[in-house]
Amino acid sequence: MFKQILTRTIGLVSGVAMAAMAATSVTAETVKVGFITTLSGPAGIIGKPMKNAFELGLEHIGGRLGGMDTEIIYGDDKRKPDVAKQLVNKMIKRDRVQFVSGIIWSNLLMAVHGPVTRSKTFLISSNAGPSGVAGKKCSKDFFNVAFQNDMMPEGMGKYMTAKKISNVYLMAPNYQAGKDMLKGFKRMFKGKITGEVYTKLGQKDYQAEISALRAAKPSAVFVFLPGGMGINFIKQYAQAGLSSQIPLYSAYTVDAISLPALKDAAVGTFGVQHWSPDLGNSVNRRFVSDYRKKYGKTPPFYAAQAYDTVMFLDNAIRKAGGVGDREKLRTAMRVGDFSTTRGTFKFNNNHFPVQNIYLREAVKEADGSYVTKTRGVILSAHGDAYAKSCGMKW
Amino acid sequence: MDPLLLLEQAFNGLQFGVMLFLIAAGLTLVFGIMDLVNLAHGALVMIGAYLATALVAWTDSFILGMILALPATFAVGALVEIVALRTLYRRDHLDQVLATFGLILFFNEIVRIIWGPVSLYSGLPDYLSGHVEIIPGAPYPVFRLLIIAVGLAVAAIIYFIVAHTRLGMLIRAGASNNEMVGALGVNIKSLFTFVFALGAVFAGLAGMMLGPLTSVEPGMGEPLLILAFVVIIIGGIGSIRGAFIAAIIVGLADTMGRVLLPVLLRAVVSDAAADTAGPALASMLIYILMAAILVVRPRGLFPARTG
Amino acid sequence: MNKRQIWLTLITLALFAAVPPLTVILDQPFYMDVVARIMILAIAAVSLDLILGYGGMVSFGHAAYMGVGAYAVGILSYYGMDNGFLQFPLAMGASALIGLVFGAMSLRTTGVYFIMITLAFAQMLYFLAVSLEEFGGDDGMPAMRSEFAGLLDLNDSMQFYYLIFACLALTLIILHRLVLSRFGMVIRAARGNERRMQALGFSTYRYKLTAFTIAATLCGLSGALFANLNEFVSPDVMQWTHSGEIMIMVIMGGMGTLIGPVLGAAAFLLLEENLPEWMELVMTNAGEHWAIIMGPILIAIVLFGRGGIHALFIRKGKVHG
Repeated sequence: MFKQILTRTIGLVSGVAMAAMAATSVTAETVKVGFITTLSGPAGIIGKPMKNAFELGLEHIGGRLGGMDTEIIYGDDKRKPDVAKQLVNKMIKRDRVQFVSGIIWSNLLMAVHGPVTRSKTFLISSNAGPSGVAGKKCSKDFFNVAFQNDMMPEGMGKYMTAKKISNVYLMAPNYQAGKDMLKGFKRMFKGKITGEVYTKLGQKDYQAEISALRAAKPSAVFVFLPGGMGINFIKQYAQAGLSSQIPLYSAYTVDAISLPALKDAAVGTFGVQHWSPDLGNSVNRRFVSDYRKKYGKTPPFYAAQAYDTVMFLDNAIRKAGGVGDREKLRTAMRVGDFSTTRGTFKFNNNHFPVQNIYLREAVKEADGSYVTKTRGVILSAHGDAYAKSCGMKW
Repeated sequence: MDPLLLLEQAFNGLQFGVMLFLIAAGLTLVFGIMDLVNLAHGALVMIGAYLATALVAWTDSFILGMILALPATFAVGALVEIVALRTLYRRDHLDQVLATFGLILFFNEIVRIIWGPVSLYSGLPDYLSGHVEIIPGAPYPVFRLLIIAVGLAVAAIIYFIVAHTRLGMLIRAGASNNEMVGALGVNIKSLFTFVFALGAVFAGLAGMMLGPLTSVEPGMGEPLLILAFVVIIIGGIGSIRGAFIAAIIVGLADTMGRVLLPVLLRAVVSDAAADTAGPALASMLIYILMAAILVVRPRGLFPARTG
Repeated sequence: MNKRQIWLTLITLALFAAVPPLTVILDQPFYMDVVARIMILAIAAVSLDLILGYGGMVSFGHAAYMGVGAYAVGILSYYGMDNGFLQFPLAMGASALIGLVFGAMSLRTTGVYFIMITLAFAQMLYFLAVSLEEFGGDDGMPAMRSEFAGLLDLNDSMQFYYLIFACLALTLIILHRLVLSRFGMVIRAARGNERRMQALGFSTYRYKLTAFTIAATLCGLSGALFANLNEFVSPDVMQWTHSGEIMIMVIMGGMGTLIGPVLGAAAFLLLEENLPEWMELVMTNAGEHWAIIMGPILIAIVLFGRGGIHALFIRKGKVHG
């Protein structure tokens, strides 16, 4: 009987050990990159295009970052900070990646920032840009190739001030990015604010908020509601009859993801962005047309950022001549000066981009499709507001 | 506080309550008659929503698609009952909880495989996308009014069936003591299947109406399931009347609570404290309400079971 | 507990103790984290087994106490109080208190009502955590590892691992004594036939409430360790689905035994980790659909797997009746 138990447990343990050894990866000369986005649930609508674009970028450079053997490990964070943490832990400890990239959500970024940077792995954000890592807590192992959250609403704030719009009603989801967005807006907006409402992250039904909004009688509404949240809100906004009554301005809300679902409900709304599918540089033209050909849809800005992440890594690894020397890599990454969908890329001292902010309008094309069109540059070569608090100089 | 806004929020609460009733009705019947704890009821809400979305796309007509989705959900409900749930009636509650928990995982995954993990956003036809000024100065979405109307109509139909038909009599007797009903020669097996499938239709109906309002995605039923549990605990297991009254109470309490609590608190404590405590209390309100009611009535407001 | 069970328990514990040196030799530090997580959830599962397996109380809100323990550590850490000697007792005390309050209200009901009320109370705590802006709300917040001034450094994976191991062993010993004591016998008897016990003069309500509170306290310990492992607390740990998972671990491992839930926790977490990869071996891109296999496995265990994994090792004589 004792033998029975012993033999069975030995069997179980050897099974586990074999599984463990099978998972060990190959050589030290392979570039290993973890790419984490949200692929399931309502937010999958953002993660999928990012993964698509990342793969397209790899295709365009022949599958080898910096000319070296490359292994990409994809992860689905399910929009949960603890899942992201576990993924990151696995990628660093088991898969031994040199880079962790991706990360859509600011709260997830805040959760993994510490663990990744402490473990001597580079963290590259392909989207999330919370103020928390842009100022005092900036890290030499963290790079953001997308934007700093406040940049876009700052642009909108400047635009609406210039147009003398006052009595604005603000809405954003209640999390780090949401708060950053409205803070950024208020930094540049000089008019009167009628209301500031934070909704639940992932909230689907906005009827109660819409009723309250109507009662406040603002002259304009500015919202930050990415992904599915924006789709639900704008649909319900239109259903309540407000589209024609109170003009709607937004950031990260009306884009290639939400437009197909919103259709007419979004036409005529204005947004701000650092990228648009109609930007004229050659990299962007190739990206947009190949993406459309391969996936049948217009890429959203999230996808452009994922594509740029590939370009960023490719350029840095090539310049540094490999991934072995982290100092060399860092220098190569900082220098920037590589071609992306937004033109030639440049970093600020806090490793966040310096870039243009454009005004975009949602329109319906002659062929019945819905796109956003660039209407002008609001802020040119704009750096974020937190860079000066960051102690890094190079 | 603007009285018009209050009235509008009351309508929102009513709409929410009516939706909860549709989900709770099937749940309480199944508990009451078959003594079955069915965690997978939320999955039926989701299945109804997906079937409706698919049928609307297939028939290219909103009304036709929705109507066809009802018997489709009935069929799925009956199938689930026959294949998966019959073995559970004899089991204890723990087994039922775990087995139906496994069913949730299974259904959410099936739906993910067939339709993908990304949420589906279905539109409303133009004639339902508008708004009506039932409250002067506050246009209210037509579709939400439709939901209220449908919910009340279903409640009336259920009341009629339960109070004035033989089937209803069997249901009431079964809720009281199902062994006796079986002993009296009624085909209990078919009754169970029918009742379950009927509950599935109501749940699916809620899902179908929720879909165009928000979105359709795997796991959409679970948050509503918990609230439905609260509703039937408050209303009393096995009681349709209890479920209806409790659902309206819960719907109104939740909606009005979210709006009024922060305001009321500001009158008592400082603004900063009210802004933190308000939303916190509002989200817990329903559960506090449930606990309070249970102190006075441990079996809910209108318990149906005698055994 | 008979000789077989004792051997099984000792062997399992010995295996757990051997993991850190093994992972160092094999250079797979990641697996120390995996087993650490298994042990933490094992503590939660064993605590649930006390009231579920021995006491017959189907509490569907047990994960809430894990959340209380975790948030106690998190909140104290937020205010700069990293002292483990302060955090852990407070975490366990807080879970005990909340377990007492919720238990007092829930145990007035029976059957299906009890199940749903425990579920509802857990959800209430979940929503409370979500609405607490200051402590991260839905985002959750980071927590620093507890300091045990001079005694232990939790930042060292191995020391932390052995702390968790000690907690698990302690939990098993305490519950072993409890279950065999007079108190334990009353609980088990009340599960079988409560009216008879009441007729014999036992205030079963008080016994059950005590057991409920003890279970909550131990689960709070599990939560405090969990917060340390993840260096993060979020409301998700209190979700009802998490309660369901802990319950599955108990059933899978063997309800009404003490080592059963430990085996169940190991089996569940290893399955969850590896099932996607195993499915990939069969068919590409199948991995993300692991739930479609997991669901039926669960149902099968419930319907056919009386006794769980524990029964695989110890066939004769079912421990719970």
